[in-house]
Amino acid sequence: MAIRACLGLMILLFSSTISTALFEDQVGLSDWHQKYIGKVKHAIFHTQKTGRKRVVVSTEENVLASLDLRTGNIFWRHVLGKIDCIDQVDIALGKYVVTLSSGGSILRAWNLPDGQMIWESILQVSAPSKSLLHALANMNVGKDNLILVFGGSLIHALSSTDGQIVWRKELSTNSLEIQQVFQPRDSDIFYALGFIDSSEFVAYYVNYKNGEVLQQSKASFKSGFCGEASLSSNDVVVALDASRTYLVSISFRNGVITFQQTYIPDLIPEFSGKATLLPSKYNGILAVDIASSIVLLRVKGVNELEIIEKINYPSAISDALPFSKEQQAFAILQHDESRIHIKVKFDTDLTNEVLKETIQLDGQRGNVEKVFINNYIRTDRTHGFRVLVVMEDHSLLLVQQGEIVWTREDGLASIVDSTTSELPVEKEGVSVAEVEHSLFEWLKGHFLKLKGTLMLASPDEVAAIQAIRLKSFEKNQMTRDHNGFRKLIIVLTRAGKILALHTGDGRVVWSVLLPVLRESETCGNPFVLNVYQWQVPHHRAMHENPSVLVIGRCGHNFDAPGIFSIVDAYTGKVHNSLVLEHSVRHVMPLPLTDSTEQHLHIVIDDNLHAHLYPKTSDAVKIFLDEMPNVFWYSVEVGKNIIKGYSLEIKGELDMAENVFQPKELWSIVFPSESETIALTATRKMNEIVHTQAKIVADQDVMYKYISKNILFVATVAPKASGEIGSATPEEAWLYAYLIDTVSGRILHRVSHQGAQGPIHAVVSENWVVYHYFNLRAHRHEMSVIEIYDQSREDNKDVWKLVLGKHNLTAPISSYSKPDVTVKSQSYFFIHSVKSMAVTATAKGITSKQLLIGTIGDQVLALDKRFLDPRRSANPTQSEKEEGIIPLTDSLPIVPQSYVTHALQVEGLRGIVTTPAKLESTTLVFSYGVDLFFTRIAPSRTYDSLTEDFSYALLLLTIVALVAALLVTWALSERKELREKWR
Amino acid sequence: MGSSRGRSLVLFTLSTLLLVSIAGGFQSDELLQDDEEFGLEGGRPAADPALSIPTRPPIRGRSDPDLPSGSPDSKSVQFSLEHRFGGSGFSPAGTFTARLKSWSHGGQTLTKLRFSRNALTEEEKGAFERLLKEDGYYTIRVPSNVLNAPGKDFIVSSVRARCIPRDSLDEHFVIHTDGVNIMAVNYGSAGACQYPRMLKYPAKWSFTSFTVLKNSEQAPRTPTFAEELLAGEDGLGEGVKPPEKSFWAKYWMYLIPLVFIVLNAMTQAMNMPEEQAAGQSTQAQRAPSTTVRRR
Repeated sequence: MAIRACLGLMILLFSSTISTALFEDQVGLSDWHQKYIGKVKHAIFHTQKTGRKRVVVSTEENVLASLDLRTGNIFWRHVLGKIDCIDQVDIALGKYVVTLSSGGSILRAWNLPDGQMIWESILQVSAPSKSLLHALANMNVGKDNLILVFGGSLIHALSSTDGQIVWRKELSTNSLEIQQVFQPRDSDIFYALGFIDSSEFVAYYVNYKNGEVLQQSKASFKSGFCGEASLSSNDVVVALDASRTYLVSISFRNGVITFQQTYIPDLIPEFSGKATLLPSKYNGILAVDIASSIVLLRVKGVNELEIIEKINYPSAISDALPFSKEQQAFAILQHDESRIHIKVKFDTDLTNEVLKETIQLDGQRGNVEKVFINNYIRTDRTHGFRVLVVMEDHSLLLVQQGEIVWTREDGLASIVDSTTSELPVEKEGVSVAEVEHSLFEWLKGHFLKLKGTLMLASPDEVAAIQAIRLKSFEKNQMTRDHNGFRKLIIVLTRAGKILALHTGDGRVVWSVLLPVLRESETCGNPFVLNVYQWQVPHHRAMHENPSVLVIGRCGHNFDAPGIFSIVDAYTGKVHNSLVLEHSVRHVMPLPLTDSTEQHLHIVIDDNLHAHLYPKTSDAVKIFLDEMPNVFWYSVEVGKNIIKGYSLEIKGELDMAENVFQPKELWSIVFPSESETIALTATRKMNEIVHTQAKIVADQDVMYKYISKNILFVATVAPKASGEIGSATPEEAWLYAYLIDTVSGRILHRVSHQGAQGPIHAVVSENWVVYHYFNLRAHRHEMSVIEIYDQSREDNKDVWKLVLGKHNLTAPISSYSKPDVTVKSQSYFFIHSVKSMAVTATAKGITSKQLLIGTIGDQVLALDKRFLDPRRSANPTQSEKEEGIIPLTDSLPIVPQSYVTHALQVEGLRGIVTTPAKLESTTLVFSYGVDLFFTRIAPSRTYDSLTEDFSYALLLLTIVALVAALLVTWALSERKELREKWR
Repeated sequence: MGSSRGRSLVLFTLSTLLLVSIAGGFQSDELLQDDEEFGLEGGRPAADPALSIPTRPPIRGRSDPDLPSGSPDSKSVQFSLEHRFGGSGFSPAGTFTARLKSWSHGGQTLTKLRFSRNALTEEEKGAFERLLKEDGYYTIRVPSNVLNAPGKDFIVSSVRARCIPRDSLDEHFVIHTDGVNIMAVNYGSAGACQYPRMLKYPAKWSFTSFTVLKNSEQAPRTPTFAEELLAGEDGLGEGVKPPEKSFWAKYWMYLIPLVFIVLNAMTQAMNMPEEQAAGQSTQAQRAPSTTVRRR
């Protein structure tokens, strides 16, 4: 009986295919997903009388989202494409959000409650120009309102109910830029005011029903306009001249245009430099941004400007909020160290404040960048105001009643680079009470789990079990764990903020807005580049914290001075921060550390000089020993040249500066008429390869060509460097190169005819996988190249091995003639790819999976075995035993192998893999607008029990067995006794 | 000697294969024969370098290489090799001669590359010795375009000087070309370069050069299968029928318990008589002991 049961169990085990996918209740156990929207550009408050309070925002990440004003949660969200940049947002008919995007060529209407797209219109735009959206506010409810879109010289009027073009008018053939549109009350005309060629002011009076131009008046202004204008009343526009030092009041009453110039220093004595007009629509008030403050001016007619208020920096001013028929309200936010004073005023009366509040802010958010104001009715039927504040670090706050109601850390939508850091080692001295508590909790948890396993639990208890699993105390601890699952992910955002995220639940442990990466006099336009591990203490891990290095640049040019900052990885304290005297072109972390375990870094500047960091004599000494073996290369994409260099010292080494000169060793010039560099990829520096041999069928061995210096380069035909479809298959080709970056040797070169980018590639161990489009087959393809070392083939001789005549331990020199063989194969792949990565494990034993960011913003795990070049249509018996899958022409996409299961990482940009301490497991962090973290086991968790393994069940089984043993023993004793008495 | 012959054989087959793949698809077999050219030159270095200036090493199996061949679609081109010893400037070191072939479809390819190296002057020899001593780089360069030779760009390649000397100075060029453009030169020693590099002077101060011309390979086409094959396979190739397993492989899980049961039964069956036998033997043992005691 027992045997039969055992057999049945065994058969069951063998026949069931173990799936790699998650069960529904495992979601959220080891993964987390965070949704963001990015830095807010426009916000429109929408107060539905019946519905909930919401705000619709559009962001720099091209996201349109509706947020809950009470909590800041996202109701709905649309991520438009990378090129589909939202220019303007407005509300039409009171129920649609209208967005104008892609340089004024696409107009869409979205339903406010659920975010569904109602209609979309493609507009013809002559040339990329500044576009303007204006939804005509018609008081006649129920009548079809028009939406006006100005782009260049064209005006489109669209119906707001269905997006049909009602009329279209071409105003002028010259480069017209409409600046302002306004509509006098209760009339059928609107005014369109703009500049032609930045030197002529033009005013059109247009009938909005049919687009007929009723009147047109032009006047040229000799010193030109800078292209900004602010409408201050019904017949006066104020603009800035080309030098931004004169305010020009333009009156266009009755078709007669008159100019009146005011020299700004006459008005504001401390003014110097350049002024900017703030886009505001206050009645008769003008906001001018001069370098040190914001000045509010009242326009009392064409030739009279009067200063009403000066607001010192750092401060921000909101757009106008129509309050009553005559009044508009606006908010002024002013910093006072860590506090922000909020004042709300009416434009009719600037001396009195309607509302005055002060909020306390933590210091890591920087200055206020944008303010949006909204009003509401308080419980006592008076008017209250709330402001939505966009901070320098791209975070979003809602302030109401002098309190921050909610904050959103939306800087995380624009991660530039990331690294990981280990958590602190657990220190001794944990209190007994804590242990007891956790022991009790542990027992209770396991008891519940046991109930769940035995299907005895009530629905409430099932929910409790799930909650315990999700809020596991263990995964959120701030100490290092045995398996290495708990780490800090240190991310660098475009705003110059560094945040440390805990891998357990994705919470922000600390964040710091780097002072050196903020705009200042020494560094005009700071720009973040990368984050590296600077110091990882092993010997003194108990006493010293690891630190990270942040590299940036002042300005987007390569010759701009670099920024260098070292930040503590546990606390976010800035240890060292400076603007470098040289520029930063490449940063090379070296596999060397100095005596304090600081990693040595080489920074290559724009003149190709190498600067060694840290600048200590100890580091120089260590580096000089290794200098003959340091090589680097630079890829000059525009020139189609790759050059290899070593370092040399010309003359005496300046110990204070540590500057080394480059010595050109090799160059590869791609013929520019037939190839342009499309992509380069290298192996990860910290990748570990477990074995250099690969056992193939029939007990044969192939030696992997494992070199850290392999560079994969893909070039495409210049004609085919554009989008897919821009070239015919005959004009398109792709070359794939494997280059040794020490000697500059081309190890392999292969061409794919009819192939085109975009190319994505990943290099690992001895193989490269790259993804491109095959124009002939009209499909995406993935190719694999595996490179094997032939010079070690002799080592297969056992006798040589026994007699010690092998060269397995001999050092490998890049200068030896490489003797390599290459195996490659191509497969069709359905998806287009946004990003590619490969799993990394601690010892490199576990098999590899490719992580592919698909066009649907999901991450797909594809086993490397599918991309084996040795796959054949009919594998032999021995090949099958080796695990070679029969050849298919396309790669399978198994729905269960999506790492992101049902979630989407909107706007996916990067996938980062980090090995856990447990060999079977890789930590995967993918980022875009959203963040997603999980851990995956490419060969399943063969080296540990799963987390939901029921220890209680095991204990219970053992206890039951022991009991059964005792009972049977007693029974047998009694029986034996009876036997003996017989 | 044997190993070097083996190596050259590998080299031969390798480059033949390469050239086959280039020619494949658009020309006749005859050209393939013609293209089978990889200059293994200077195999017999001149005994006295001073006598053969400039060195024109004998070329195996070729008649007169310099005469332009009768066909109108090929012409001879020359480009020079320059070298540099460490930090100094580049100086001429030799000349490559190749045949430029124009194809009917408009492309041009280089074939029949041969190389003549100038002998080292005393000055260069001294510079090379200095390089050997300081383990410096010996750098060469060729123009990136063979037609307009002093072109804008040069292809540079370097090797540690200590990798070159053997009996003579052995060098190995693999020139990657694309039409009339040279993309890269893999330059280095003819064989392995030991690390750590020992200071060793060559017996003969003359270069033995091996040159190989390489074009690109065409990637293997993505396999496309017939529809019915695809229909049969459900992604993971389940359509391919697994081969018939042996009886043992199929039913071992049933057989093993069966064998156990049989064995069990057998031992039980054998235990019956054994127990009796054991009882007898103990009695037998007991008997003599008692006798002894009695004695």
